[in-house]
Amino acid sequence: MTMKTPSRRYIVCLKPVPDPSRFDKLRLDPETMLLRRGDVPQVVNPGDRHAIEAAVDLKKRFGGTIACLTMAPPDAREQLEEALAMGCDRACLLTDRAFAGADTLATARALAAAVRKLGRFDLILCGCYSADGSTGQVGPQLAELLGIPDLTHALSLRLQGRRLQARCGLQDGTAALEAGLPALVSLDPRANVPPLPPMRGISGALAKKIPAWSAADLGLAPAEVGLAGSPTRMLNVFTPAAGRKGEILQGSANEVAAQLLEKLRGEKILPARGGKGSS
Amino acid sequence: MLDMNFDFPNPVRIVQRTARDFARQAVAPLVAGMEETGRFPKSLVPKMAEVGLLGLVTPRRYGGSELGFLARTVALQEIGRVSAAVACALQVHHMQAAAIQDWGTPAQKEKYLPRLCRGEFLGTVAVTEPTGGSDLLGMATTAVPAAGGYALNGSKCFITNAHLAGAPVVIAKTGEGSRGLSAFIVEKGTRGFAPGREERKMGLRGADTGELFFKNCRVPEQNLLGDEGEGMKAALKTIGEAGRPGMAAIALGILDAALDEAVKFSKSRNLYGKPISNIQAIQWSIADILVDLETSKLLCYRASWLKDQGREDCATAMTLAKLHATEAACRATRKALEIHGGCGAMLEFPVQRLWRDAMVCVSAGGTTEIGKIVLSRSVLA
Repeated sequence: MTMKTPSRRYIVCLKPVPDPSRFDKLRLDPETMLLRRGDVPQVVNPGDRHAIEAAVDLKKRFGGTIACLTMAPPDAREQLEEALAMGCDRACLLTDRAFAGADTLATARALAAAVRKLGRFDLILCGCYSADGSTGQVGPQLAELLGIPDLTHALSLRLQGRRLQARCGLQDGTAALEAGLPALVSLDPRANVPPLPPMRGISGALAKKIPAWSAADLGLAPAEVGLAGSPTRMLNVFTPAAGRKGEILQGSANEVAAQLLEKLRGEKILPARGGKGSS
Repeated sequence: MLDMNFDFPNPVRIVQRTARDFARQAVAPLVAGMEETGRFPKSLVPKMAEVGLLGLVTPRRYGGSELGFLARTVALQEIGRVSAAVACALQVHHMQAAAIQDWGTPAQKEKYLPRLCRGEFLGTVAVTEPTGGSDLLGMATTAVPAAGGYALNGSKCFITNAHLAGAPVVIAKTGEGSRGLSAFIVEKGTRGFAPGREERKMGLRGADTGELFFKNCRVPEQNLLGDEGEGMKAALKTIGEAGRPGMAAIALGILDAALDEAVKFSKSRNLYGKPISNIQAIQWSIADILVDLETSKLLCYRASWLKDQGREDCATAMTLAKLHATEAACRATRKALEIHGGCGAMLEFPVQRLWRDAMVCVSAGGTTEIGKIVLSRSVLA
């Protein structure tokens, strides 16, 4: 008699972000200093598409099911529908006014509660960072809250039994990492080319129900979520003033070269005339 | 507040982004070659099948996505923005799918719709003959009863996808008067059936257009599409409810591209020390193009929505959309071309292709004059 391996369960976390191709139309609300998201249509965070594609690829190779999660306002159903069109099997929307103003930790806390509510899982897949906030913190924080290993910037994935092997990008190269399941992995944008959602996937997604879970549904107290549950406070948002001073030298080429030399010596960027090392 | 929603439903927005990305990734690199050779790139067919563009209006049970005509319009617009010729091939393919869906027997649907969705071949509906396309009853191709079916004799011309179609729908005379036409599915390889020459066009270059010849071509009875005598109804419904909105959607794509090119050029071309977009004459032309684009969009989306609602009055709305959008595309591309000055005449600039494409869209799927007859009858009758 052989033991039947339970089917693998993948979870993809995604974030709706303002369409990056229209970032030029984005404005900050002068009072709240938050992005006025209504000005630009929301799309699935481009980095998260790589996570969806990685999950779809693992499902093709090893079987299993994919659930996708997002914590966002009710409109985010649209991005979940797109994830379903791309090959996810089910989607859950974490939505509650109490979630508003969440920093990365409060977001990870809500996602962790949703992951626990979904039950057994093998692998959580995320993008590396969002196109709007770009902190890259939610994935690792989620892994920490769940007490599972996390592998960031994965360029390729291999599943062997209960072991996940990943080649992960570093600043100056790559590292071969291995972790036991369950684990969390964030996908480097170079890992794959997310396919376009096929038309049959789009119409297939229409038939699927997307449940909405509130903080209470997740068993979270108001103090644990949203602004109340966020240790981070944004004090100000500003564009740093460019501090460069331009100066145009006048004269012939030789004169300009001489003036430049003098200025560089004056600023002590070059050693003074006759000093050590000068010619 | 009473609500009238002008936003696309989310699935249509996803279709729009998918079609836009597909056009940029898969279609744009082929446009120059299509212009040069006039040939349709067959390598595109499996790619269009994979992403589901071929089965947009076909039920899921036959391999389509059943997303409907609004989704189709938006997809054709996005493809047409990059290549009106590819959009034309696609829209005519949808015409055959719609004809079989509307008039086919269960066996015909089972046999042909999945193959059309998979891209085993492209589809077409062959109506036009050397005698003309508007005068349906003047056609000369005949189908007379023969052992086990019909014998077809005659020829068709200006048929999109003529050389790529695996089992085109062909309209032929089986009698006299409005009940004297019938529709047939003629499979490639049937003895007596052969495509003729590839016709060379000034616009929509790369969309395959050609002749079909029938010489004592034996078509089995089970390939009669609809009842004998229903060919005129089948042709008019297919042209009116699939062909016209298809050409209208292509015109939308051309209008989008005309605005893109006009804006891009006018902001980058300097005259008198500043971009020509600062000149009021140019601004007026840009505004005219925008008006043509936006009014066409409203008419086309509404007509497609009516069709998706199953409304009988969709055909008139589609004629209105087709007439307006194709004429608008001609006006707008001419303005965009004129904004380019001498550059507009140069083949390196895409704007001249847009103008040529727009001119070809006017007669395809029902001329402006036929459109005016249909529209005036809708209020005078």
